[in-house]
Amino acid sequence: MHLEYFQMIDRIISVDDEVTKLVAQSIVPDKSPVFEGHFPGMPLVPGVLLIETMAQASGFLIMSKSGFKAMPFLVGVKQGKLRTFVEPNTVLDIEANLEHDGSGYAVTKASIKSEGKKICDAQLTFKTMPFPDQTFSKMIANRARELELPNRLLPDS
Amino acid sequence: MSTFDKVADIISDTSEIPRDEIKPESHTIDDLGIDSLDFLDIVFAVDKEFGIKIPLEAWTQEVNDGKASTDAYFVMKNLCGKIDELVAAKA
Repeated sequence: MHLEYFQMIDRIISVDDEVTKLVAQSIVPDKSPVFEGHFPGMPLVPGVLLIETMAQASGFLIMSKSGFKAMPFLVGVKQGKLRTFVEPNTVLDIEANLEHDGSGYAVTKASIKSEGKKICDAQLTFKTMPFPDQTFSKMIANRARELELPNRLLPDS
Repeated sequence: MSTFDKVADIISDTSEIPRDEIKPESHTIDDLGIDSLDFLDIVFAVDKEFGIKIPLEAWTQEVNDGKASTDAYFVMKNLCGKIDELVAAKA
């Protein structure tokens, strides 16, 4: 997890056969420039980055569902609840569930837990659009490969 | 409850437009002023309510290509007609 580079997911653990549920994991780094401001002497992962973490897990799920044909962009956050502080070295268990796969949009329900305790959850809406170019889509697919998204869901397998 | 009433209720709940301002002749964009993000919420609620998948991408493409007017899809009575067609096709 590199907060300052928006690399929020460390590893994709599993995606179910129907491609409606993705489980991922991340470990909050011990140090990050983000913690220098949020907050000096009291490092906490900003709530917006927890939302972003759920959005990225949801995004990989939505792209897997479409065979990486379209890129999801976060356009809505509903019922977002940030339930507890998240400190450095916390292990995050991230889950994204596909609520609806619409035409040009998708809706997920996502959550993060740590040691079984709820950290946050939200319903997220995404607009899905074609990738701007092949270079970009390959970069995203490579990132998914690095995160160990199952081969069967990658675009060239 | 008719398709129109269901969709009008959804629009009113989603976008805070007074229910009595929504008429069969209302254009959801030009008359009701629904923006694209609210429209996504409405389509999501309609998809769930009717168990369908409104082909929003195809409709948008047809409008952008000049093959259809926005009235064909986004005037309430026409939108409800399309929803009825999708429900019938599913059955």
